[in-house]
Amino acid sequence: MNIVVTVKQVPDTWAEKKLDASDRTTDRKSVDNVMNEMDEYGVEEALRIKEAHGGEVTVVTMGPQKAVETIRKALSMGADKAVHLTDDALHGSDALQTSKALAKVIATLSPDLVITATEASDARGGVMGALLAERLGLPQLTLARKVTVDPAAGTVQIERQADNGYALVEASLPAVVGVVEKINEPRYPSFKGIMAAKKKPLTTLGVGEAGLDASEVGLASAGSKVDDAEPRPPRQSGTIVKDEGDGGAKIAEFLATQKLI
Amino acid sequence: MPAERLLPTDEARELLGLVADITDQELEPRASIDEAASQFPRKAFTVLGRAGLLGLPFSEEVGGGGQPYEVYLQVLEEIAYRWAAVGVGVSVHVMSCFPLDRFGSPAQRAELLPSLLAGDLLGAYCLSESHAGSDPAAMMTRATVAPGDPAAGDAADAGFRISGTKAWVTHGGVADFYTVFARTPSAASAGDTPAAKTADGGISCFLVDAGTSGLDFYPPEHKMGLTASPTTQIGFNDVPVPAARLVGARGQGLTIALTALDSGRLGIAAVAVGLAQRALDDAVAYAQERRTFGKAIIDHQGLGFLLADMAAAVESARATTLAAARRRDHGLPFSRQASIAKLVATDAAMKVTEDAVQVLGGAGYTRDHPAERYMREAKVMQIFEGTNQIQRLVISRHLARS
Repeated sequence: MNIVVTVKQVPDTWAEKKLDASDRTTDRKSVDNVMNEMDEYGVEEALRIKEAHGGEVTVVTMGPQKAVETIRKALSMGADKAVHLTDDALHGSDALQTSKALAKVIATLSPDLVITATEASDARGGVMGALLAERLGLPQLTLARKVTVDPAAGTVQIERQADNGYALVEASLPAVVGVVEKINEPRYPSFKGIMAAKKKPLTTLGVGEAGLDASEVGLASAGSKVDDAEPRPPRQSGTIVKDEGDGGAKIAEFLATQKLI
Repeated sequence: MPAERLLPTDEARELLGLVADITDQELEPRASIDEAASQFPRKAFTVLGRAGLLGLPFSEEVGGGGQPYEVYLQVLEEIAYRWAAVGVGVSVHVMSCFPLDRFGSPAQRAELLPSLLAGDLLGAYCLSESHAGSDPAAMMTRATVAPGDPAAGDAADAGFRISGTKAWVTHGGVADFYTVFARTPSAASAGDTPAAKTADGGISCFLVDAGTSGLDFYPPEHKMGLTASPTTQIGFNDVPVPAARLVGARGQGLTIALTALDSGRLGIAAVAVGLAQRALDDAVAYAQERRTFGKAIIDHQGLGFLLADMAAAVESARATTLAAARRRDHGLPFSRQASIAKLVATDAAMKVTEDAVQVLGGAGYTRDHPAERYMREAKVMQIFEGTNQIQRLVISRHLARS
């Protein structure tokens, strides 16, 4: 199995996310940057599939130079090699442009399986898997909480997470699979893994080397534009209900209006 | 303010980053809960083991991490910072592997060490007995040469049988292997007359699997601190040990035990520094937040100076410990320095944790804050792996010999 897993470096999950004042792109300078937590599940699943069926796991990311830290983490968890698409011209690319760029890179790797997370914790668009599948002309299986690959039959079957259970969905390989956090418990890198990661092949590509034209990507030609941003308003004070013997009913009523019961 | 470290290599920096990541997620959230419930976190050791953190100071050829003590001890510090009992556990595991690594035959090392260091197994060290703690040479546990097949002709091939009771065993009942010290008959007289067979030939070191018949694990002691880590007596009832599990030469056991303790003491010193650093950091955070008389209590000089003394104690304990570690890494004698480090670091931990309770005031005396737990945990560090009186004995004997 030739498996590609996409990862993204994002501002620390718990950090307050801000936009850069100059161009309203994600501010990466004032925060710690980490591997998108949900991508860890994708990397883990890719490694498990490789451990079960053999093959190779290639990590693909697009991002600034610093994003190499996230690649190193995936390699130290056990991925075999990586491609880092990085170029100043890519700065400010929107989801459409990003998918175009990533699809170019992924297509050259001829994967049997592409694994993505459901979303990244910074933009939370949750569209990259679908965009990549469309651009690569591959079937997409989403919200996988379990993935079963049958390389001999050339199929992948997933349990697709639903509100009240799951649906079994199958596709022929190659395919794009998006995984949810329930799927596994990602491993920590090991000390030996960290040392080994330094010797693993890492290909760094600029826009031209990836076969893209600088005019196709980046902030200037992005289809979506951020006009303005406001910090999240402070939390409203909650509803206070005085218990006059009908407290239980009032709580139930409140929960019902919130559609919680 | 967390420890500011000087690390010798990029590799070490990345290692410390990994340790911070794992211990923040796997140890920090559970420490207080498991300590209160006296629950041993076996799974945490498996996570540390899989990450390669249980064999750091051993060479890579036998499956270790190939790290100098200067780095390994700072890893221990970071572990103990989140959870002292786990720091102690890692130190004890490393000490349990030490005799095999240093004194085992090449064949034994190749056969056994990789599995002990792979991370799935946990070790324990059986030296003390109820009446032989500070004075291990007074131990009563005996290993007799097992009656073997007379046709084989070689008594040593028949193996040994161990009988006696060991005490104060960290990981008693939860370890996968036990490094055990017992009296053996003199090697020269083995196989001769029955009287010669029992002649005392000193102490020997053995490696015993946890599953061996005749091992009797007593209930854990009810300790003041480190309650998540079981400390038990272990009964040895005619426990069979193959000759291939004798570590080092017959009669070499006391030397092995004391050599292992020199390195083990560095481990305990590092654990004490980690615990003291934690107590300091918690106390500083509290003192910055808590206000009296219109200002943060850290800005009252009386309290600020108390915190300053705590910081001085932590940093000087770390410096003393790492200085001893560097001597070890350079192949220089370090026994005296290890005893000084153990003495200084554990006394510092006791003082600093006690002062942390003082800084937190009434809150520090409650079990809602871990400060009182740190203080209970620090106390045993002045006692185990050689009481601090024994450390003074070691130091003064070195001085007398100089």
